[in-house]
Amino acid sequence: MGKVNRRTFLEEVAASKDAKTIPLAEDAVYQQYVNKSRPKGLNKTTGTLNQYTGPWTETEAIHLLRRTTFGARYANVQTLTAPGTSMSQAVDMLLNISTTAPTPPLNNYQAVVPDPTIPLGQTWVNAPYDSNTVGQRYYSFKSWWLGLMLNQDLSILEKMVFFWHNHFATEVLTVGDARKSYKLNAMFRANALGNFKTLVKNVTIDSSMLVYLNGYLNTSTAPDENYGRELQELFCIGKGFTPIYNEDDVKAAAKVLTGWRINGTTLNGYFDSTKHVTTNKLFSSYYGNTVIAGKTGANGATELDDMLNMIFNQQDCALHICRKLYRFFVYYDIDSTVEANIIAPLASLLIGNGYNIKPVLSALLKSEHFYDLNSEGCFIRTPLDFLVGTFRTFEIDIPTSLPVDKTYTIWNYIRSLGANLALDLGDPPNVAGWPSYYQEPDYYETWINSNTLPRRMQYMDMLINSGFTAGTGTTIKIDPIKYAKLCPNVADPNILVDWSIDILLGIGLAQGTKDSIKTGTLLSGQSSDYYWTQAWTNSISNPTTTNINIVKTRLNSMLVEITRLAEYHLC
Amino acid sequence: MKRRDFLKVTPAASLAFMINGLPISTYAQHPLLEMLAKQTAETGRVLILIQLNGGNDGLNMVIPIDQYSALSNARSNILIPQSSVLPLTGTADTGLHPAMSGIQSLFNDGWVNIAQSVSYPNPNFSHFRATDIWFSGSDSNQYIDSGWLGRYLDNKYPNFPTGYPNTTMPDPLAIQIGSGVSTVLQGSNVSLGMAISNINSFYDIINNYVDPAPPTPAGHELTFIRYIAQQTETYNKVIKDAASKANNISTLYPTGNTLADQLKIVARLIAGGLKTPIYVVSMGGFDTHSAQVDTTDHTIGAHATLLKKLSDAVYAFFDDAKKLEISSRVAAMTFSEFGRRIISNASEGTDHGSAAPVMVFSSQVNPGILGTNPVIPTNATANDNIKMQFDYRTIYSAVLADWFQLPQADVDNILMNPYTPQPIFRHPVDIENTSEHGNEEVLKQNFPNPFINSTSFGFNSDGGIVSIELFDAQGRRVRTITNEQYSKGYHEITIERGSLSAGIYFCKMVNGKNKSTRQMTVIN
Repeated sequence: MGKVNRRTFLEEVAASKDAKTIPLAEDAVYQQYVNKSRPKGLNKTTGTLNQYTGPWTETEAIHLLRRTTFGARYANVQTLTAPGTSMSQAVDMLLNISTTAPTPPLNNYQAVVPDPTIPLGQTWVNAPYDSNTVGQRYYSFKSWWLGLMLNQDLSILEKMVFFWHNHFATEVLTVGDARKSYKLNAMFRANALGNFKTLVKNVTIDSSMLVYLNGYLNTSTAPDENYGRELQELFCIGKGFTPIYNEDDVKAAAKVLTGWRINGTTLNGYFDSTKHVTTNKLFSSYYGNTVIAGKTGANGATELDDMLNMIFNQQDCALHICRKLYRFFVYYDIDSTVEANIIAPLASLLIGNGYNIKPVLSALLKSEHFYDLNSEGCFIRTPLDFLVGTFRTFEIDIPTSLPVDKTYTIWNYIRSLGANLALDLGDPPNVAGWPSYYQEPDYYETWINSNTLPRRMQYMDMLINSGFTAGTGTTIKIDPIKYAKLCPNVADPNILVDWSIDILLGIGLAQGTKDSIKTGTLLSGQSSDYYWTQAWTNSISNPTTTNINIVKTRLNSMLVEITRLAEYHLC
Repeated sequence: MKRRDFLKVTPAASLAFMINGLPISTYAQHPLLEMLAKQTAETGRVLILIQLNGGNDGLNMVIPIDQYSALSNARSNILIPQSSVLPLTGTADTGLHPAMSGIQSLFNDGWVNIAQSVSYPNPNFSHFRATDIWFSGSDSNQYIDSGWLGRYLDNKYPNFPTGYPNTTMPDPLAIQIGSGVSTVLQGSNVSLGMAISNINSFYDIINNYVDPAPPTPAGHELTFIRYIAQQTETYNKVIKDAASKANNISTLYPTGNTLADQLKIVARLIAGGLKTPIYVVSMGGFDTHSAQVDTTDHTIGAHATLLKKLSDAVYAFFDDAKKLEISSRVAAMTFSEFGRRIISNASEGTDHGSAAPVMVFSSQVNPGILGTNPVIPTNATANDNIKMQFDYRTIYSAVLADWFQLPQADVDNILMNPYTPQPIFRHPVDIENTSEHGNEEVLKQNFPNPFINSTSFGFNSDGGIVSIELFDAQGRRVRTITNEQYSKGYHEITIERGSLSAGIYFCKMVNGKNKSTRQMTVIN
C-alpha cells in the first residue's frame, strides 16, 4: 500500500461519515437489549437526603467529580481528599463557581472567511452580523464552549451550563446567529447555580429562545403557542403521561407572551405593547382558575412576571426541575422511594429557598443517597463525559502556545467526534434536549448503540495509538507516560492497574481480570512483576528511546485493554 | 496483486508460486490441479504463532546428544539423563525432552522442522526488549513500532480498516487469543488483529452470553453495554457462524492445558471456514530462573510441565486438524524471546540467554533439523551463550515466501532487508515436473495407470544411488519407494497400493544429475 501517515489515516477513518448511521428505531441490536420498561428488581439505595457520614476517600471523591465535572482529574481527586478536607468542604469547593466570565469566543476563521470588522483572535460577539461569516461563527462558538469544558477548573460550572443548555434547549444552527447563542450561554454561566425562576424569565425573553420557539413572531392577531406550551411542558411543570394543565393554559400563556421582540442591535428581547393581547388571560383549575389581568402599554411586559408567579406557585414546578437534576446527577430511574426520599424533600427545599438551585444541589451532593454504593457507576457517560472526560483524566495536552485558529480547530474536531456519538454540543435534537434525560424507558441507554459504541472504541484507539492533528500539524494524543506518572506508585504493576481501574472505570473488576490485564499487557506475559518495575525504573533512570518505548508500548496495550471494557462507558 | 490474478501470470513469474507445495507450472491444463489451485485461492493458508513467554531453555528442549560431556559440566543440576532423551528419526545426535512425546511423534511422521540456534546479532537479554524485537523483526539496536505479521497483513489487505470487512475478506485479518494486543499484529496504521481476550470470551461470543453483573443500577447498565459491545463487535458474527459450522473432533486434547484450549478454538475457527490467515496464541512461565527441574528427577519439574503442555497441545491440535481436514493448510511456529544460558545456576534454573530452536509444524515442512547441534564449550562460563546459526528473520522470510507465497520483493520489504528463506517448507524444485529439467526416458510412465492395487514402472539408472519417492497432491512425501544403488541400465519396480487413498500422486526420481517426475493416479 502507498505509505499513508498513520495519524492522518486514522483521523480520516475516525472523522469519516461513510459508516452508515442506523436510526435508533431500526437498530435491531439496540432494540433487543435496551430497557423495555423501567428496570425492575435492582438493589437501589433507600438512602435519604441525610448528610453522608461514611468514609471520605478517593473512591467517593472520584464519584463526586465524575458527576459534577467532565471526567475525574486525579489532581482534583487529591485536592478533594487532602488531609483535613471533609466531604462537605469538597462539595462546597465544587459549588463555589467563578463569577468571572471567560474570554468570549474569538475570530478563528479569518484565513478561511475574512471578517469585515473583527481581526483574527478578537471576539466577534459584539460585532455586526455578517452573512459571510455566520457559519464560521457557529463553529467558533461551539468550539469555544468545548474548549471551556476541556479547561474547566475544579467546579460544577461546566456541568451546570450543559444542564441548562439541555433543559432550555436551543439549536445554534436554527437560531442562526451565534452572537445570540453566546448571550444565552453567558446567561447560563452567570446564573448556573442561581435562581431557577430568574433563569426561566431570562430564557423567555432571550433573543435565541425568541427565535428558536418563534416567540418573536407571537402577536396579538394570531398568538403563536409554541413557547407557551414548552414553558409549561418542558421547562417548568412537566408533561407526564396525562398533562395536568390543559390546552387552554397553553393558549392563555401564549397570549401573555405576545409582544416580545428582538432588538437587532443589542440582541436583547424587548416588549412591543402594540403586538400584545391586552385582554385578561384565564387559566384552568390546575392553576386555581387564575386570571392574569390584561395590561396595556409597557405594563403589558409585567404579565410575564404574573404568569411566572402563578407557575412557580405550583409544587410541580419544583418537583419537575428536581427530577431533572436527579436524572442529570444521579440516575434516571425515579421510583416511588426516590420520589419520596429525594425528589419531594428537594422540591420543598427549593421552594423554601425561593427557587435557588445551589442549596438543593448542595443537599443532593452531600447526601447519603448520593454516596451509596448503589448510586455509583450507573451513569452512562454522555459523549461529552466520554470525550472531555478522556481528555481530562488522561491530561491530554493541547499546547497553549498554539495560535487561536489551530486551538479552535482542535476543539472543533473534538466537538465533531461528539457529534458522531450523537451529541453535537450547541445543537440538541430538539427543544426537549437529548433523549437520555427524558426518553422513558431508554434514558441513558440511548447513548450506546450500533453506531456509537464501535465509534467510541475507535476514538479511544485513535487517542491512544496515533492521535490526531485535525490538520494543525500538532499531534494530540494520550501520552501514556504522563498518564502513568499520575499514579502514586507506577513501578508496581498491581498498583498501576488498580489505580487505572479506579480512575477510568465506572465499576471495579474482579481480581482475576485485573491480574490478566496486568500480565497480558504490563508484563508482556511474563510471570514476575519485577520485569515491569525494572522496565519502568530504567525508563526513568536511563530514558533512551528504547527504554521509553518499552514502557510506552506496554502502557498503551494496557490502556487499550481497559478502555475497551464496557465499564469505561460508565461513571 | 490478488492471489487469483497471480495465478494467471506467465510461467516464468509463477515459478515462485506454489499451490500446496507444488509449483504452479505443474498444474497447467490439469482440471484437478486447477481445482486445487482455486480452492487454495479461496481458503488460503494459515499460520499459528505460538509464543512461549519468558525465554525457553532450548538446550533442555532440543537436546544435543553429542555434547553430553560438555553439557554435564555446564548444567549438571538440571541435565536431562541421556537415557531419557526422546530419539528422533533420522538423527542420532539430537533428541527431545522426555515430556515431548507428542512432538516426537509428529517429528517422526515428518511434520516438524526444527531450526537450531535461532537469534540475531547482538542479542538482547531483556524480556521486554527481546520480545519487541521478535515481534517487530527489527535489528537489536533498531526501534520499529509495527510487527512483522502486521506488515504482512498491510501488504495483503491494504487500507484496513477502511472498506473492511468486505466480500473478499469478511473475516478478521488475524485473531489473537489472550489479553493485550500484541505488537506482532501492529500494522503501519492500526493493529490488524482482533483480540479475543480469553478462552471464556470466545464461548461467550458463540453463546450470546455476557458476564453476570451485580443486580444494581450500575450492573444493569453494564450488562446492557456488554451486550451491545458483543453484538456490535465487527467480527463477532463471523466468529459465531464459523464456530457453529465446526466442532473439535480429536479426543486427544488434554484438559487444564491453556494452550490446548486456545488451539481448540483455532482449529474450530479454521474448520468453520474463517479466512483469517493468522492466529496468535501463547503460553507463559518459561522464565525458569529457579527450580526448572525437580532436584531428584530432572525429567520432571516446571520446565517439563511446560514442554508437556506445549507438546500435548500441538499434538492434539494436529490430530484434530487432520480429522477436520484442514491440516494441509495449517502451519504452526513456536518462538520465545530468547533461549537460556548454557550453564545453569545454583538454584536449579537458568538465566537469560540468546539463541534457541524454533519449531515449525506442518504437513508441508521439510522434515528434520536445520543446522547443527550447538557446540557447548568444555568449560562453559556464565559468559557463554549459544552461537546464532540462523537469523530469526530468515525463518520469517521462509514463512512469508514459502508458506504465504509472497513474492520475494514483498518479503524483503516487509522484513526491511533481504533475508534468504531457510528451507523450512518444501521447495518447489523438490517435486518439479520432468518436462523442463529431465530426460523423459529416465522415469517411464507407470502401468497400469490409474491403478487399484499395484502398478509398475521402469527407469534408467546411470549407476549409483537412485532415489524414488512418492508425494501426494499436497506435496507431502507419502512413501520412499527406493533409495539404493542401481547398476547402469534399465530396471523395473512394482509397488503395492498399501494405505494410499484414491487421488493424484507424484513419483519423483533422482539419480546423479538426472531428475524426473511422473504423475500417477490411484482409484478405488
